Amino acid sequence: MNALARTPRIAPDGAAQALRTVRKTAGRRRTLVPAVLAGAVLALFAVYVLLGTYSFTIPDFFRILFGEQIPGATYILMESKLPRAVVGTLIGLGFGIAGAVFQTLLRNPLASPDIIGISYGASASAVCAIVLFGAAGTTVSAAALTGALLVALAIYLLSRRGGVAGYRLVLVGIGFAAVLQALVNFLLTRTDIRTASEALVWLNGSLNNSSWDRAAVLAGFLLVLLPAAAVLARTLRGLELGDDAAAGLGIRVERARLGLIVVAVGLAAAATAAAGPVAFIAFLSGPIARRLMHGQASLLAAGLVGSCIVLAADFVGANLVPGVTLPVGVVTGALGAPFLLWLLVTSNRVGQGG
Amino acid sequence: MENLLSAEKLELGYDERKVVDSLSLTLPAGRITIIVGANACGKSTLLRGLARLLKPAGGTVYLNGKDIHAQPSRQVARTLGLLPQTPTAPEGITVADLVGRGRYPHQGWFRQWTAADDDAVAAALAATDTADLAGRNVDELSGGQRQRVWIAMALAQETDILLLDEPTTFLDVTHQIEVLDLITDLNRRAGTTVAIVLHDLNLAARYADHLVAMKDGRIAAEGAPADVVTEELVETVFGLASRVIPDPVSGTPMVVPMGRHHSAAPDPEEEPEPAASTTRGYLPNPGDRRHESGINEPMEAAS
Repeated sequence: MNALARTPRIAPDGAAQALRTVRKTAGRRRTLVPAVLAGAVLALFAVYVLLGTYSFTIPDFFRILFGEQIPGATYILMESKLPRAVVGTLIGLGFGIAGAVFQTLLRNPLASPDIIGISYGASASAVCAIVLFGAAGTTVSAAALTGALLVALAIYLLSRRGGVAGYRLVLVGIGFAAVLQALVNFLLTRTDIRTASEALVWLNGSLNNSSWDRAAVLAGFLLVLLPAAAVLARTLRGLELGDDAAAGLGIRVERARLGLIVVAVGLAAAATAAAGPVAFIAFLSGPIARRLMHGQASLLAAGLVGSCIVLAADFVGANLVPGVTLPVGVVTGALGAPFLLWLLVTSNRVGQGG
Repeated sequence: MENLLSAEKLELGYDERKVVDSLSLTLPAGRITIIVGANACGKSTLLRGLARLLKPAGGTVYLNGKDIHAQPSRQVARTLGLLPQTPTAPEGITVADLVGRGRYPHQGWFRQWTAADDDAVAAALAATDTADLAGRNVDELSGGQRQRVWIAMALAQETDILLLDEPTTFLDVTHQIEVLDLITDLNRRAGTTVAIVLHDLNLAARYADHLVAMKDGRIAAEGAPADVVTEELVETVFGLASRVIPDPVSGTPMVVPMGRHHSAAPDPEEEPEPAASTTRGYLPNPGDRRHESGINEPMEAAS
């Protein structure tokens, strides 16, 4: 036997050299991509606020921001455009990160909260509140938040059997989605047309009702949930390798997974409560971010992609057809469907996902 | 008392079904232990139990004298590494990134990547001969390369004990030998205590310092392969009639299975007489010839 004679082809310092080069490229991408995305969010934010049917010059913008009153303009900027842009940016972050956490955790690009029923939980609960109790404004948001959390809990408990397997959670979630959608449809057909149209606007997901109050509540949620996501992201990198491998690395799998699910559900629920179930943001952001990062999963990048999509989609929705403001959910829905098809077609080609 | 892993009256099961039954085992420190047995005999379950992935229904697993479940999981992970049977590589991950994830137990919430981590990953890549793959996507690698990368990840964890669950599954014979040689290198170079669950009895007999044969959740026999592997044992553990002869390459016991067909070989008692087969006028059994030459050729080439 000459087992010891087989020495590695590359000496250890050669390996170190090769590794340094690879890590440097990866590290550069890890900082560069989020930086560029953050720049894109800023640029879109600026375009969103300054341009459109009512545009501002940059000096005017700052003058209004620092308290100068310009009749008409001040109101439009401070009470409509700015809170709307802030809410849009924040729900993009929330949906994007929530989706990426679910997709990475369950190793399935279909496992985003808007597909596995969590958003439908919010919808059903909100429509119940609107149709049965005549609720409006904050009450609807609160109902949506509660509904999302309850449905997420139910899905988690039902798909749990000595540990949550990814595909089971997805299937149970899709089942819940179908039932809840039926409930929503039933409620809509039983109510009068005015209430139904009110509910429909909410169901499409729209930033029309954005206000500073709403932005503040959402920011409060994110202030708690985003640091939690950042801390748990480390365990997510281990969980990606499979439960046994993660446990071998010293990760407490069940606890880490429960923590991540709670954070992701919280993010999705808070975003849904603020703007309704804006279609496909959670679903699109993760895969796009991953592609930009050349395969590295990055929650930050996913969140920023989410913000970009919401801001761009709402701007397009407001300005595409003159005189008609499309809800942001209609635009993202139109973008999302082809992407879903593309994902289904390509993911099986490399033998993964789907 | 370093790198000592043992089980005492260990009972493991899923739900109500008991898979490992009152089993006691000590992995000899600094040696390679290989666990064999028929399908569903509980060998993978035992490995998962030893790696604290399953909570015992009874009995205890001891790591360096203390109950493994009483120790913080991350601390255990600095001593005990595991390569599961089917780990999943995230889509699009690079080799360097994957191997780097083996450093998880050495990092803290605030302790980021350090030079020590770089060194460990570089050493793991060099040891598994995968340094020139560092920038490649794991998806693009061949089965043998991918397995070496996973082993590199387990090595980057820098543990004194390494458990591997069927590390050669889905590999052709050349790569099976390559992987087992690699594990032997590590064991001899670093004194790592190794436990492997393996399907192939002949490779197990060749590479094991300590062989454990399991049947129905219990240990049927354990010890040096030369003492353990007998025709009776193969009959009890695998329910297979066989001949055991010395491996022409390593001198370790080699099991030649007897099926219902192609068993023209003479009875064991008659074997010493070389004339036996010729007098009966039988051609040499093609199956036997395959065992004597065909399988061993690539083995020799690779080892």
